[in-house]
Amino acid sequence: MSDYIKDAIITGVWETLIMTFFASLFSYAVGLPLGVVLYSTSKGRLLENRAVNAVIGTIVNITRSLPFLILLVLLIPFTRAIVGKSIGTTAAIVPLTIGAIPIVARMVEASLSEVQPGIIEASTSMGASPVYTILHFVIPEAMPSLLQGGAINVATVLGYSAMAGVIGGGGLGAIALQYGYYRYDKPVLWTTVTLLIIMVMLIQELGIQLSKKHRKT
Amino acid sequence: MEKVFELTNVYKTYKNDGREFEALKDVSLYVNEGEIFGIIGMSGAGKSTLVRTLNRLEEVSSGTISFYGKDLASLAPRELREVRHSISMIFQGFNLLNQRTVIQNVEQSLRIIGTPRSARRQKARQMLEVVGLLEKQNEYPARLSGGQKQRVAIARALAADPKVLLCDEATSALDPKITAEILDLLKRINEERKLTIIIITHEMAVVEKICDRVAIIDEGTLAEIGDVKEVFSNPKSKAAKKLVFPSNPFEMSEPDGKVVRLVFDGTQSSVPFIANLVEKTGIKVNILSANTKSVGGIGYGQMIVELPKDESSRQTAVNFFKDGGLSVTEVN
Ligand SMILES: Nc1ncnc2c1ncn2[C@@H]1O[C@H](COP(=O)(O)OP(=O)(O)O)[C@@H](O)[C@H]1O
Ligand SMILES: [Mg+2]
Repeated sequence: MSDYIKDAIITGVWETLIMTFFASLFSYAVGLPLGVVLYSTSKGRLLENRAVNAVIGTIVNITRSLPFLILLVLLIPFTRAIVGKSIGTTAAIVPLTIGAIPIVARMVEASLSEVQPGIIEASTSMGASPVYTILHFVIPEAMPSLLQGGAINVATVLGYSAMAGVIGGGGLGAIALQYGYYRYDKPVLWTTVTLLIIMVMLIQELGIQLSKKHRKT
Repeated sequence: MEKVFELTNVYKTYKNDGREFEALKDVSLYVNEGEIFGIIGMSGAGKSTLVRTLNRLEEVSSGTISFYGKDLASLAPRELREVRHSISMIFQGFNLLNQRTVIQNVEQSLRIIGTPRSARRQKARQMLEVVGLLEKQNEYPARLSGGQKQRVAIARALAADPKVLLCDEATSALDPKITAEILDLLKRINEERKLTIIIITHEMAVVEKICDRVAIIDEGTLAEIGDVKEVFSNPKSKAAKKLVFPSNPFEMSEPDGKVVRLVFDGTQSSVPFIANLVEKTGIKVNILSANTKSVGGIGYGQMIVELPKDESSRQTAVNFFKDGGLSVTEVN
């Protein structure tokens, strides 16, 4: 492998990390509150609200059921409107974020739903408001599960970021495509694939350790 | 005496996808300030439903519940939360936050009422001292035994200085020794803090040990209510009899024999009545079941005996018991 390609791979790793980090961050900034709302407004929960739940639920389901590649293409005009261009690492963060939001929201909802109803009953019986109960009882109790889900989500975003390479998003995905697919350079292809796998595994492991450290049961 | 709770013609119907279930039917009762009030009944009788209407975790379908004279149903959400600060609750499953330390759990009830941080810590420590768990303040609940978890839950429930403590099967997950310790603790708190306690249980022993008055709930209705000693020594309703004499324990030696129940309070229970009867009259009775219990600090006992066949010795025996101050009632 030439130094030129090595440099390209190192840049690719860096770009992948940047995309994954910011897309995860932004998707949680939106997906976490959405997940909390989905949870709290569903049937039998503290802030049950059919209309809100149905509207958000439907949007989330539609976005989630679109194949990510299609979403990437569909979002090109939107991306251009936001970051001024549709190619490059920064531009890729936009569709990655949009694609990850519904996944994060459903994951958060599932984690919160695992919390024992008795905890909510205890809080309510102490005179806590529904919002207080969600913030100070439900979310802390769900934290280990939220962290575990977080690791899975970040790994998913990392996988998607490789796909973003297809439309010029940069990162390891772009390198794999350019050298591995168009030029059929097998060593480069395998190196990038291995690096991607290692990164996913590291993130998963980090999540598991973090969750373990937090889980007191 | 001031009434903490007063229930008038309370009905509760659960509606689940078209199907209805009447869990409470026309329940009227009151709870006096400072007493330990027991609610006992078989599983599914409606005890939890009843206690959950007291802090409006469950809404009644009709009837009224007042708390210190104030109609609970009339309270707006904010007022209800205010009132709930005075009505604490502990549960069979403890319901502690597993991801928070013992002291953080106790502090929760104080955070909810807005106690400042330093006062919160101090009060929480004080409460852990009361339940004897101060040295565990930095542990997580997972490291505690069931009895210790319930003590933490009690500390949490009492930290905000409530007027009433509701206990829904609070000792049902605990073994008898730990149950006794928790009940002793509740009794002590009742006396020291003048705290009104309402205890839900399916176990007679729990009511006998600490309750002043008891209500027996049977299939959603109030079957019987009164002083524990009275209700348990002389149960009138079918449900009460079933509780006091579980699974009809006596089998007669004669199919047409006559069975009576002898009830005697603590002063007489030590007297060997049956032996005296044989000694003085030569009449033998067949003891079918016997137990003595301590109720509210006063010992009492009861015995189910089968009387002899012939009428005159039967009468002699009954007179002998009655002269000794026992209450004699026919069972069959
Ligand atoms: N949310 C509910 N929906 C429908 N039925 C219920 C509900 N909660 C309790 N029940 C029914 O009401 C009856 C009384 O329940 P509960 O008050 O929990 O009894 P207990 O505490 O005496 O065991 C039971 O038959 C139970 O199945
Ligand atoms: Mg129950």
